[in-house]
Amino acid sequence: MRRLRVWLPLLVLGLLTIMFVRGLQLDPRKLPSVRVGQTAPAFSLPLLDDPNSRFSPESMRGRVWVLNVFASWCAACVTEHPRLLRWAAERKVDIIGLAYKDAPEDAQRWLIDHGGSPYKAVPLDRDGRVAIDYGVYGVPETFVIDASGTIRHRHVGPVDDRFFENHVAPLIKP
Amino acid sequence: MTTPQDDARMKQLAAELRCLVCQNQSIADSNAPLAIDLRTQLAEQVKAGKTNTEIKQYMAERYGDFVLYNPPMTAGNLALWVGPFMLLAVGLMAAAVVIRRRKRVEDASPPEATRQALEARYRNESKVSE
Repeated sequence: MRRLRVWLPLLVLGLLTIMFVRGLQLDPRKLPSVRVGQTAPAFSLPLLDDPNSRFSPESMRGRVWVLNVFASWCAACVTEHPRLLRWAAERKVDIIGLAYKDAPEDAQRWLIDHGGSPYKAVPLDRDGRVAIDYGVYGVPETFVIDASGTIRHRHVGPVDDRFFENHVAPLIKP
Repeated sequence: MTTPQDDARMKQLAAELRCLVCQNQSIADSNAPLAIDLRTQLAEQVKAGKTNTEIKQYMAERYGDFVLYNPPMTAGNLALWVGPFMLLAVGLMAAAVVIRRRKRVEDASPPEATRQALEARYRNESKVSE
């Protein structure tokens, strides 16, 4: 009993310390996506380089692909752009760029100014409705979608090599 | 044109939904572009005659229960709903134990007459030892 009286407060303190340290390391701005594990919401949007054609996720069935939400007005997008270019060229992954609330001219110029387009297609989401369907709350955001059309991962903020190796590479390996 | 009822319903819903960009504001209070877009969605759905439950479900399907300022109780957040009451119960039990123990000590203390005699003896003894 006496021993419990000494150790119990220490135990409680220890547990609280672990909880608080963990709390400090969590980023409250990073929200888990409820869309992970669900089928990627369907949409049909005109393309940046050809407004008469449209892109729809259905056309990607059977392939693993990456949906990158970007905008010419998005500062953090500049950081991840070279990586996207590299993955598209070296890793042969299909990246679709969703131009979020952007004027076509601006998106076009931004892509030219930043080393070209890593995207297989650039659907234009001018009013941001498709992004809302995907639960996007800031740009850049990136989704990994598997061959069955299911969202496997969502990344908030600029993507890095760790994102690719952990969440894309395992899916594209034969 | 929106009817006054629709307008009131929209305002009430907007106040119950959290803005994802500036997380401590509702989408009624926030002027973040996303909050404005979500308000537009809200207005359209209210106008289309969707019920409050349907609209909230639409938001939660996309952004999770996190957008709801009054989230439903689920297995995942059960601890948050029940936790405070559990802590209160633990505290009350601890208090009860302490109070009961203190009372037992009081009951066990010697009656007044004996206590005075004991005190007197103690005083005399300490005098002797001086």
